[in-house]
Amino acid sequence: MEAFDLVPWIVFFPAIGLLLNAVIGRRVGERGTALIAIGASAAAFVVSVLQFVSLNAHPEGAVVRLADWINIGALQVPWALRVDTLSVTMMLVVSGVGTLIHVYAAGYMHFDVRYKEETGSYARFFVYLNLFIAAMMILVSGDSYLTLFVGWEGVGLCSFLLIGFWYARNPDGKHGTVNAQAAKKAFVANRIGDLGMLLAMFMIFWAFGSLSFDAVLPSAETAPPWMIMLITLAMLLGVAGKSAQLPLYVWLPDAMAGPTPVSALIHAATMVTAGVYLVARSAPLFTAVPAAQTTVAVVGGLTALFAATIAVGQYDIKKVLAYSTISQLGYMVAAVGMGAFVAGMFHLVTHALFKALLFLGSGSVILALERAHHPLGSKPQLRTQHDAHAASFDLQDMRGMGGLRGQIPLTFWVYLVGALALAGIPPLAGFFSKDEILADALQANPLVYVLLTAAAFLTAFYMGRQVLLVFFGKARSHPAEKAVESPRIITLPLVALAALSVLGGLINLPGIHWFTGWLAHTLGPELAPATEFNVFVALLSTLLALVAIYLAWTLYGRIPLKEDEADPLKARLGRVFAGMENKWWVDELYAWLIIRPYQRLAAFLADVVDWKFLHDWVHESFIAKGFQRLARFLANPVDLGVVDGIANGLAALATGSAKLLSLFQTGFVRNYALVTFLGVVLVLGYLVFSS
Amino acid sequence: MVPVSYYFALSAILFTLGALGVLVRRNAIIIFMSIELMLNSSNLLFVAFARSYESLNGQIYVFFVIAVAAAEVAVGLALIVAIFRTKQSIDIDEISSLKG
Repeated sequence: MEAFDLVPWIVFFPAIGLLLNAVIGRRVGERGTALIAIGASAAAFVVSVLQFVSLNAHPEGAVVRLADWINIGALQVPWALRVDTLSVTMMLVVSGVGTLIHVYAAGYMHFDVRYKEETGSYARFFVYLNLFIAAMMILVSGDSYLTLFVGWEGVGLCSFLLIGFWYARNPDGKHGTVNAQAAKKAFVANRIGDLGMLLAMFMIFWAFGSLSFDAVLPSAETAPPWMIMLITLAMLLGVAGKSAQLPLYVWLPDAMAGPTPVSALIHAATMVTAGVYLVARSAPLFTAVPAAQTTVAVVGGLTALFAATIAVGQYDIKKVLAYSTISQLGYMVAAVGMGAFVAGMFHLVTHALFKALLFLGSGSVILALERAHHPLGSKPQLRTQHDAHAASFDLQDMRGMGGLRGQIPLTFWVYLVGALALAGIPPLAGFFSKDEILADALQANPLVYVLLTAAAFLTAFYMGRQVLLVFFGKARSHPAEKAVESPRIITLPLVALAALSVLGGLINLPGIHWFTGWLAHTLGPELAPATEFNVFVALLSTLLALVAIYLAWTLYGRIPLKEDEADPLKARLGRVFAGMENKWWVDELYAWLIIRPYQRLAAFLADVVDWKFLHDWVHESFIAKGFQRLARFLANPVDLGVVDGIANGLAALATGSAKLLSLFQTGFVRNYALVTFLGVVLVLGYLVFSS
Repeated sequence: MVPVSYYFALSAILFTLGALGVLVRRNAIIIFMSIELMLNSSNLLFVAFARSYESLNGQIYVFFVIAVAAAEVAVGLALIVAIFRTKQSIDIDEISSLKG
């Protein structure tokens, strides 16, 4: 059975869903809105599954051409969707995880819009969410760099809209602009990356005369190496922007200002992996220049370690996960950079599962605290008192949690599964994918292997720290004591994702390597070799993870943190911990290095160049005054003197001659008679004497 | 028979008197009378030449002139009466409101 012709519906279904919700979303109520959005996403998932089934029969895939788009000379870009094993993998992840998150969001946003007291925003949220699915589908299914870029920009827009979803509030729910600024930061950082993408596309068109994957990738060897080098480095800039790598990662932690389902869907599972997908898709370009590969791998490895150190020092439950996401994205980028495309994509899939689980779990924790903090339906004046009483309480601060294991057991268990999967404990999904990357790294680039192994150790440590701080010990705040388990619509997706996080590793079990074979249909057998299972690597990383978890237990588990007590690491690590806690002052460095000089330049341009020079001098002194002088000249001498002079002179001539003539009209009849008489005498005299 | 030249002279004297009367007098009635004098001086000349040339044409002209003079006097006297009613005077130097 071939269902390739159905592939456009992966974009159309979410588009229909978002249009429906945009038009009738407010009238059908929350239930209707959620059903439309979930249905649209689920329908896209069903279509993706159909593609998967068809691909099993015809692994060579297909390109479905919808319409012409750009047709200018040599530049031919049709709207075409590409179905192959790589894109269908992404489709399944996006629509599958996306659908589960839609279900979760239906329950989560029900509470969120009520806490923010903006129930009208419910439909708006699902419009954005469906728009994101549609844009992400365009990204993964595009058949050329330009159609990919359409989706690339579309998901960037959705990211902006959803980070700033509560644009008039701060993350603590009070009125402010912090969320909007986080959205702006993400947008600006992504623009820098997009510049790289654009440059890469221009150079691809220059070198190959086409933007289509089918035309570019097979002929990668024909272009000069320096050209490919430039293309791949520009592409790396785009990847660093979208997938939050050094040095552009700073937007992702701030992006946690968005509602938690957004963090899970966009900033953990799908959008941020677009850069990894891009590198995997452009595999022949990267393998053509080993120097570019090394650069990408080192950037990924450094990012993985750097972000992991920051994650150790964070207190905000979502910030820990955000830096963990950056770190794991570093793994994937390092993997695809080294040429281990299968391992990178494998980790992308498993990470999407367990990181979505962790984010959704953290949302469930936050919601449990929030519902205990101010129960819905209480009287407004009571809530105001309550808020004033607990104004300083931060719902996302792990120091205010503790002991939640007893109150929210289901969330605890699924969270534990996610954390263990992320820490790389066998036989959970993260173990297999991470180990495949490490095994490849050991062969390809020992430096990156060391970086990634150190990051793996830290990963297990910070996840152990987080789980122990949040779920073990005693409650360190009033809401943590009274925390309520979330309703079933929220926990069901968690359970489903937990099951997938346990089983996800099966798709590429060592020895079977189903996923390797699957991707080899697209990448080619030489780019997708089956990785040997390296017992040394697996044992070492598992051992390190266990040691890290034990270390976390000795610090946070044996003697649980007390209320208002400082982090025990602070005393042991001193300045290093201060660096981790303050994110190594990267934001401050950027502010000092780039933002403040830029603002100063902007202020100089505005005050001096624009205002003093252009406005005061050019406009006011030169143009305006000169024009006034010219106008005055035209008004006074020219208009009043010459033009009016002519008109007035004619009038004076007329009145003067009229006055002169009126002298003859004396009113004395005898005068007239005399004149008549004289006239007659003259005429008669002439007649008489002339003959 | 009296020669024509005599009539001619008399007519010229009468016409001159009439013209001078029109030019120098201020009483409207007298001006009218002067105009009549000029008309009748020409009538005299018409009659004199008609007699001299033994033709009736001149006599017929005289009747026309008398008829026109009668009409003119009727209109003129009516005007003078109307002016007198508004101005309480028939001095034509006082009737100068059309002065430019």
